[in-house]
Amino acid sequence: MANSAEAGPVVRNRRIPVEVSGQSSPARTIPLIPARSSKLADTGFQAAMLVCGMSLLVIVGLIVLELVQRSQLSLHEFGWRFLTGQNWDPVSGDFGALPFLYGTLVSSLLALLIAVPLGVGVAVFTTEMCPRPVRGLLSFMTELLAAIPSVVYGLWGIFVLAPVLRAYVQPWLAKYFGWTTLFEGPPYGIGMLAAGVILAIMIVPIISSISREVLVAVPQTQREAALALGATRWEMVRLGVLRNARAGIVGAVILGLGRALGETMAVTMVIGNTPQIAKSLFAPGYTMASVIANEFSEATGDLYLSALIEIALVLFLVTIVVNALARLLVWSVTRGVPARALAQ
Amino acid sequence: MPSSTPLLPRRFTAWRRVLSDRLATAVAVATVALVLLPLGFILGYLVVRGIGSLNLAFFTHTPVPVGEKGGGVANAIVGSGLILLIASAIGVPLGIGAGIYLAEYGRGRLASLLRFTADVLNGVPSIVVGIVAYALVVLTQKHFSAFSGGIALGIMMVPTITRATEEVLLMVPLAVREAAMGLGIARWRSTLSISLRSASAGVVTGVMLAFARVAGETAPLLFTAFGNQFWNLNPNQPTAALPLQIFIYAISPFDEWHRLAWAGALVLIVMIVGTIAVVRLVARRGLLQGAS
Repeated sequence: MANSAEAGPVVRNRRIPVEVSGQSSPARTIPLIPARSSKLADTGFQAAMLVCGMSLLVIVGLIVLELVQRSQLSLHEFGWRFLTGQNWDPVSGDFGALPFLYGTLVSSLLALLIAVPLGVGVAVFTTEMCPRPVRGLLSFMTELLAAIPSVVYGLWGIFVLAPVLRAYVQPWLAKYFGWTTLFEGPPYGIGMLAAGVILAIMIVPIISSISREVLVAVPQTQREAALALGATRWEMVRLGVLRNARAGIVGAVILGLGRALGETMAVTMVIGNTPQIAKSLFAPGYTMASVIANEFSEATGDLYLSALIEIALVLFLVTIVVNALARLLVWSVTRGVPARALAQ
Repeated sequence: MPSSTPLLPRRFTAWRRVLSDRLATAVAVATVALVLLPLGFILGYLVVRGIGSLNLAFFTHTPVPVGEKGGGVANAIVGSGLILLIASAIGVPLGIGAGIYLAEYGRGRLASLLRFTADVLNGVPSIVVGIVAYALVVLTQKHFSAFSGGIALGIMMVPTITRATEEVLLMVPLAVREAAMGLGIARWRSTLSISLRSASAGVVTGVMLAFARVAGETAPLLFTAFGNQFWNLNPNQPTAALPLQIFIYAISPFDEWHRLAWAGALVLIVMIVGTIAVVRLVARRGLLQGAS
């Protein structure tokens, strides 16, 4: 390091002109061709940075390796039956993950159902309708929503959201929508519905910020063309913007789904942690992430531990697929692919 | 009338169009209100419930057994600091290095693969990262430690910092690099002292955001740092962390502990929001002051 620092010039911007004019310190010449030592340093530097870059691959590789290796026992013992079994009995050593798969899927889909209209609405408002001064404030506030830790959401869910659901929302739902059989049984507050609502609040910021990115990427000419044809603002948004951003918005939604699938603490705190498959959204459930959170550190026996790690493996694979899909969709819009024709 | 425009069918009569425009605007405003409502509720509850429990003892004492009044989370705050220090020591250099590689040398297939890997890693659920840290460190050492928790959080910091570093480095104008080359400055030197330095505000922003994100993480610490009721400064021992302590207090059946959970959550939020506010301030001062 010291060697090449001597060979190279002083790089602070202020001093370079002085040296170039050659008025001071004639001893310090600037070598036009880098000295050999700095070439060596260059190679070394590039190699070091490459190592840092490769660390990403190594980390993901390690994750896959560890998960596959440590779940061997359960993989061999249960095979595909693991995904369809409904029994989760650590005492007799019978493990089936279906209730957790079900809980993860239902709570995440419920969250999407609530969060997608909200997230896209916020994105449309901030990019297309919002007065300029409010824009920064709004994006700061959604960023804030994203910054609240999961455990704090959970705390709020237990002590504020669940009682509110129990006292007001659930009786109302049971009264007017009870016929759907989705809202049956005693309203505990804690349960699948609470998990869906809290997840929705948590993924709205992701959906809205990525949708916003996508909407901004839609060429301005699309808007101008729609307005020039006499479209109202909403028609402009619908025909000129949303249509072109469709793929990207779907990507944003799927990214939100990816986050919801893996969310742990808040869900664990409000879902009720009961491994069952109940049709009613009032009933407590369990998710893949929360069963790991609750039982992993107390798991006794290799098979039990292995089964939990297999759940983690399944969760990992699902989120990878979901995220890869989402990235591709978002890229297809923001990477500057020519916008599709207005309305065929 | 010979021809009508195909773009807007007849049902788009003037008043209906104006009405639907107004309606859409109203719906958009309503969604914003619906999203900001929980934010207000959460922050409001945190302040109302939390502030009453904040006192000096909260910051200077360790937790007390059930039934006793008072006590604090001093050890958890310090423990969180310790774990985050370890996490930063791992995540920041790796993340910045990978970002430099992608921005300065990242062309071709390998670079695309690395970018994709960073995005994948960003989406891996934190609990899965926790399990891997458990398998790698805790199982080998046969005990829980702050170190394993730090590794888990460090891993989670890498992709965020990588993408942020790459993004801001790419914003440094090519002319600046060429000027450095023209002066015969070695490439590593120009990367570190000129490109990275001009982009430093942006890099710091990325680092702080990654930091704020992992500071509130609980799931990866459940079976790595594990928690501790007592003081511990040894990175090789189970260590308390503020988010963990909040979780333990929140799911307990005791009112006194619930009170402490709210206070802890308030402290955590103030720390995280404070970090983000600082980041915003730094970012607003101009991302690339040195470069232009």
